[in-house]
Amino acid sequence: MPAEPVPFSRKKDSAPAPVTDVHILWITAGLGCDGDSVSVTTAEQPSIEDVLLGAIPGLPRVHLHNPVLAYEVGDDFMKYFYQGERGELDPFVLVVEGSIPNEDIKDEGYWAAMGTDPKTGQPIKTTEWIDRLAPKALAVVGAGTCATYGGIHAMAGNPTQCMGLADYLGWDWRSKAGLPIVNVPGCPVQPDNFMETLTYLLFQAAGIAPMIPLDQQLRPTWLFGKTVHEGCDRAAYYEQDDFAIEYGSSKCLVKVGCWGPVVNCNVTKRGWMRGIGGCPNVGGICIGCTMPGFPDMFMPFMDEPSGARFSTAALTVYGKLIRALRAITNNTVNGEPEWRQRGHELITGYQPKAGAYRSRPSRKIA
Amino acid sequence: MGTITEPLTGTPSKKRNLVEMSWDPITRIVGSLGIFTKIDFENKQVAECYSTSSIFRGYSIFMKGKDPRDAHFITSRICGICGDNHATCACYAQNMAFGVKPPNLGEWIINLGEAAEYMFDHNIFQDNLVGVDFCEQMVKETNPGLWEKAQKKKAPNSDKHGYRTIADIMTALNPFTGEFYRETLVISRLTREMFCLMEGRHVHPSTLYPGGVGTVATIQLFTDYLTRLMKYVQFMKKCLPLHDDLFDFWYEALPGYEKVGERRVLLNCWGAFNNPDVCDYRYETMSNWGRSMFVTPGIVVDGKLVTNDLVDINLGIRILLGSSFYDDWQNEETFVKTDPLGNKIDKRHPWNQTTLPRPQKRDFNGNYTWVMSPRWLDKRTGDHLALDTGGGPIARLWSTALSGVVDIGYIKATGNSVKINFPKTATMPETNFEWKIPKWSNAIERDRARTYFQAYAAAAALFFCEKAMEELMAGRSKTWAPFKVPEEAISCGFHEAVRGVLSHHVVIRDGKIANYHPYPPTCWNANPRDTYGTAGPYEDAVQNTPIFEENGPDKFKGIDIMRAVRSFDPCLPCGVHMYLGNGKVLETRHSPMFGMMGNK
Repeated sequence: MPAEPVPFSRKKDSAPAPVTDVHILWITAGLGCDGDSVSVTTAEQPSIEDVLLGAIPGLPRVHLHNPVLAYEVGDDFMKYFYQGERGELDPFVLVVEGSIPNEDIKDEGYWAAMGTDPKTGQPIKTTEWIDRLAPKALAVVGAGTCATYGGIHAMAGNPTQCMGLADYLGWDWRSKAGLPIVNVPGCPVQPDNFMETLTYLLFQAAGIAPMIPLDQQLRPTWLFGKTVHEGCDRAAYYEQDDFAIEYGSSKCLVKVGCWGPVVNCNVTKRGWMRGIGGCPNVGGICIGCTMPGFPDMFMPFMDEPSGARFSTAALTVYGKLIRALRAITNNTVNGEPEWRQRGHELITGYQPKAGAYRSRPSRKIA
Repeated sequence: MGTITEPLTGTPSKKRNLVEMSWDPITRIVGSLGIFTKIDFENKQVAECYSTSSIFRGYSIFMKGKDPRDAHFITSRICGICGDNHATCACYAQNMAFGVKPPNLGEWIINLGEAAEYMFDHNIFQDNLVGVDFCEQMVKETNPGLWEKAQKKKAPNSDKHGYRTIADIMTALNPFTGEFYRETLVISRLTREMFCLMEGRHVHPSTLYPGGVGTVATIQLFTDYLTRLMKYVQFMKKCLPLHDDLFDFWYEALPGYEKVGERRVLLNCWGAFNNPDVCDYRYETMSNWGRSMFVTPGIVVDGKLVTNDLVDINLGIRILLGSSFYDDWQNEETFVKTDPLGNKIDKRHPWNQTTLPRPQKRDFNGNYTWVMSPRWLDKRTGDHLALDTGGGPIARLWSTALSGVVDIGYIKATGNSVKINFPKTATMPETNFEWKIPKWSNAIERDRARTYFQAYAAAAALFFCEKAMEELMAGRSKTWAPFKVPEEAISCGFHEAVRGVLSHHVVIRDGKIANYHPYPPTCWNANPRDTYGTAGPYEDAVQNTPIFEENGPDKFKGIDIMRAVRSFDPCLPCGVHMYLGNGKVLETRHSPMFGMMGNK
């Protein structure tokens, strides 16, 4: 089959067969809360309807199979998952939401399941679906921190010993198309972060985007390359050693539990939706919800992070000094230059040509 | 003790041919729920129903030993659509345990956030999830005859919503291509912006804390909220008449539809929107501040208010193991013997529950779900009532209407109805709506109440906005109050999650969580047969539901069952399976009275 012309003059990594249709098989039956699916309905950049109705140029036709939004119910819904297993939905992207329980620590029963096995009448475990579908998928995407790293349900003392996708499939796992697992963490996932990543993968499937750039924790680098603090509009308070000591303050929240300086997330830059909301930028401490170490390494959430105590101590002198210096300058720049006044003198420094501001003697017409 | 339905294995009998059918997963809900039924196609009726949840996570287990201040951050993650309701409820319980009363402004901000949550969540569920069951595509597939009628039926409120016929409304509800479906998605984002203004992020808030909120209260905050709210009010002036038209048409075009999803009126509401002028978060005064909430708590049995006292409500809660995958905790520790008022606390009360999971094979004759069976002990009769939330709104409106306490200008509870008054909006005049107590607790009325409660939440938000501005203008801008975590405490929080009652029960020892039990609405609705054989509300409501679908068993979609189940707004972080083609045909003996006894 001849390769199609490349739109937008982009170079391809290789010349794949043209992809006109992509299916998205979305499993919400991990140990989760469906919050990532709900979050995705918030997205506007792009919105879910933009993607499904073909409002983004260059995207293949997208068929979404997500239980929260599906028209079909029961077996009518499940048939796509069976088709995927049989290799009849090529290509498809597998999205997993919720953490993956360890089903091997007990003799029988299930922690998480989707659908019923027609032979046994027993539920089909979520792990079994991942085993069936992952090898056939173009890409496997973890939506939210539960699916990516385990998240809240994987905290110490949990009864199911659940874990993230990469813990389950292996951190070096590659899809049949050579893609690593793609992790979009967040509890829940920031809406536009997820839809943008999915859109990127669809562009990649269509052959018009190169391999998705991921970091060591398999996150898209352009979304998770900076820390919360680096994008926070309260960071200047930190720099000036001026910290909130109670909630409801508009100052830097590090002393009351914010982990922003060491957490990879763009929420302070992007806001939660349309630039509105977020975490420390609007008064909510960062509890590290995008991180592999979440939640245990950040608990108790409302205490000052131990590292912060040290680093804030280190800048006490510097911070107080620049705060004082800035206050002086701020005071200065809050005043107006002295020439802004009424009166008959011109004092701005402009020197008009001699007599230019004086009325001319009236000219007599000869 | 079963008060709702006759058990299937009963007395004298005639033979029925039943087809076993299941829906797994049920989509367009939040979470994993399976519904397994036996259907009598000859008599067009559902004979038996079992609901099952496919997920176990173990919150009450892994929260033990954690810092009590972490509870709202953790429990928010129970639910992905109303996580903030959990966070709020947890903060209420923390406030009681820590003995802290947030500044009034903080409380109004929480109320504004929670109102936005109701406005958003009911909206998206009603018209992007439930609405699909009433859309053109679905109706054409399940009831072509109804579609014919809908095309001829002029919509009575078309001057308000702009759709000429009922069929036009159905078309507008088609997923993604329908105009009203897409408009709803857009509005659901507007309301989530309002939510994020108050609580930081949706669906797991960032700015809630015990003691209040971290939200910085400025004039801009309320301007940004109010301007969006007024757009929503304008939207409701068209959305509500549209739904009245749609639901009235169903009764008119399909006589007998009131039986779909009908069950005895057994509703519970734990109250929402604390009144900071009254609420001090002390258990000792809870009866009083509970009644002053802007959605009045209450238990409604057969249309009568049994109590609106949160202490009574609390004391009556019982958790029965039923047919779930857990061991009994009868021999485990009793954490709380009496409440702070000296009332005796039962071993089966959430304060004393110990969660002991025992994973096992699913067996519909034995244990078949991860959901336990919460019940409310009616002291008058000794019955363990299988109360339901009806998806939230119907119970909230019913309870608020009967108590007749709420009177805030934009809303007035009259004793038998709730009046909602909207001011003028950009292009529409001042508008009044009235929700009247319906004749039935059924699928259509649960759905209708949802739209009315969207209006209720918007009207309440107008009031909260005024109160918040009042505080701010008076210079009272604090939103948070400090507290100390005690070494020992017991406490509870009561709230309304979007889809119904929500309680959190906490025991603190040595400054750590010793016991924590959240009871969300879906536990009340989706639970299995209990120890006394009483079916859970979904099971009960689906059992006896008549079948109006025109398809026979070969193309059966179970649409009437889906409407019955979805009217409860299931949110298990659960799903239902439909399984028909290979359905086993069973012969079941059962009581000829079955079906007539059930619901009255």
